[in-house]
Amino acid sequence: MSERIVFDRVSKEFPTATGHMVAVEDFSLRVRDGEFISLVGPSGCGKTTLLSMLAGFVQPTTGAVSLNGKPVAGPGPDRGVIFQDYGVFPWLTVRDNIAFGLTLKANRVPPAERDAVVARYIELMGLRGFEDAYPKTLSGGMKQRVALARAYAVKSDFLLMDEPFGALDAQTRTAMQDLLLHVLETEGKTVLFITHSVEEALYLSSRVVVITARPSRIRRVIDVPFPYPRREELHRHPEFAELEYELRELVMQEYVDQERQKDVSLTA
Amino acid sequence: MTEATAGKPAKALSRADTTAPARSISRTLGRPALMILPWVAAVLVWYAVALSGLVSSALVPTPGQVFKQFWRLLTTQKLWFDMLMSSERVLLGLAAGITLAVPIGFVLGWYRPVRTAVDPLVNFFRALPPIALIPLVIVYFGIGETAKIVMLFYAAFFTGVIVMYEGIVQINPLFIRVARTLGATDGEVFRRVIVPLTVPHVLTAVRVALGVAWATLVASELIAAQRGLGAVIQNASNYFQIDVIYAGIICIGVIALLMDRCLRALGARLVRWQERIVP
Repeated sequence: MSERIVFDRVSKEFPTATGHMVAVEDFSLRVRDGEFISLVGPSGCGKTTLLSMLAGFVQPTTGAVSLNGKPVAGPGPDRGVIFQDYGVFPWLTVRDNIAFGLTLKANRVPPAERDAVVARYIELMGLRGFEDAYPKTLSGGMKQRVALARAYAVKSDFLLMDEPFGALDAQTRTAMQDLLLHVLETEGKTVLFITHSVEEALYLSSRVVVITARPSRIRRVIDVPFPYPRREELHRHPEFAELEYELRELVMQEYVDQERQKDVSLTA
Repeated sequence: MTEATAGKPAKALSRADTTAPARSISRTLGRPALMILPWVAAVLVWYAVALSGLVSSALVPTPGQVFKQFWRLLTTQKLWFDMLMSSERVLLGLAAGITLAVPIGFVLGWYRPVRTAVDPLVNFFRALPPIALIPLVIVYFGIGETAKIVMLFYAAFFTGVIVMYEGIVQINPLFIRVARTLGATDGEVFRRVIVPLTVPHVLTAVRVALGVAWATLVASELIAAQRGLGAVIQNASNYFQIDVIYAGIICIGVIALLMDRCLRALGARLVRWQERIVP
């Protein structure tokens, strides 16, 4: 049972005005407990579709996505999902946002325990002093920390992150990467992470999966050899730079392929 | 008219920078003064026009004359009773209209096929001027209170429905997804996510419908109304009492403004979380 997430020959088609579009084709991936998997590839290649199938928002057309051996039937609190647009509830304060999941029937806990959990994540995510603030007053980085705390509070085993730091500036992004690594050290989770940034994928992941231009297939899976805990200095490691270069080349080729596909479809 | 006069002091202070003087004016005068200033200016312009001799004084009474009439109506003709009657009609029509508009607007906003089917119909009925409906309203509802309230209901309902569903359509589905991934059931998604996101749109619908209801009041009181501000205005027009017409119109505007202020204050309390351009 060490394989927690299994994509088994998954494909997904969407109906379009002119027929149907194949977003994912024959995609298989097995993720072990505690792994940090990044999916990188050209934008619009179907990475988000893969994550949506695992989250339970959409069902595969053929093949199966299973979680702990059971097929995914719908969204649930065992999988925390972090979106690029944060999804922090604007009508709730920071505290109430983090507590939200714990007040639902699915994972209700006594108020005292709830307060303790919320306090712990406010501390861990560096949100102290902002407990009663509404999201409109928070920066992007802080909103994403609230979203992360909210997902953690319901004790999900998995984190599915769809370009979570894509909307943040470079400094905040680096800080958030380190915060994520730190939190993962204290409480392990199995993570599926979508990003455009090859560097981010390498820095965070245990394995990087390069996805082809649409339809999504696996181009290459790269094991990242650096041990955890990882620190900022890793970026200066010669092997890191080498891997980064190699990965970038792969991803660039897919971009080129995708552009060529667009040209073909335009001339056709 | 008021904008032009409000701009004058700013120009006097400095011609080079427009924002800095505007800010310093609001700082030295304070917010209440800034809000009263346009009214003072409007009354001054009114006086200037009335006394300029450009228009006949029989056609444009001075603010003083209008206030005198207002006071006379209030003390001898029970004008307060007309205000009360009109306010009651507007509020009843508004309450009925909004009560129906909120659920219907919600369904229209939520279910796209329903919207596609019903949208042209809603816009058709909304476009009909209430005055044109008076004969039919009289045939079906008589000339009593019901007929007048039906007119106001009609105006409030169609406005409310449109504001509601335009708002509901804009609700970001991301929040629903987030709630589901945290384990929310359908009922919990509705109560804990959709309801809070709907509240601001209900408030907007009420505010817009309130304005439209007041705008329809005079038409509704064309239906054999004995009392009410609309009736006051119509009776005055029969006797060419222009100063009374002015007084009636200003009463409608002031009451509508005060009600809108109350709704805004209520809204500010209920949706403190909302992002606003002006904090």
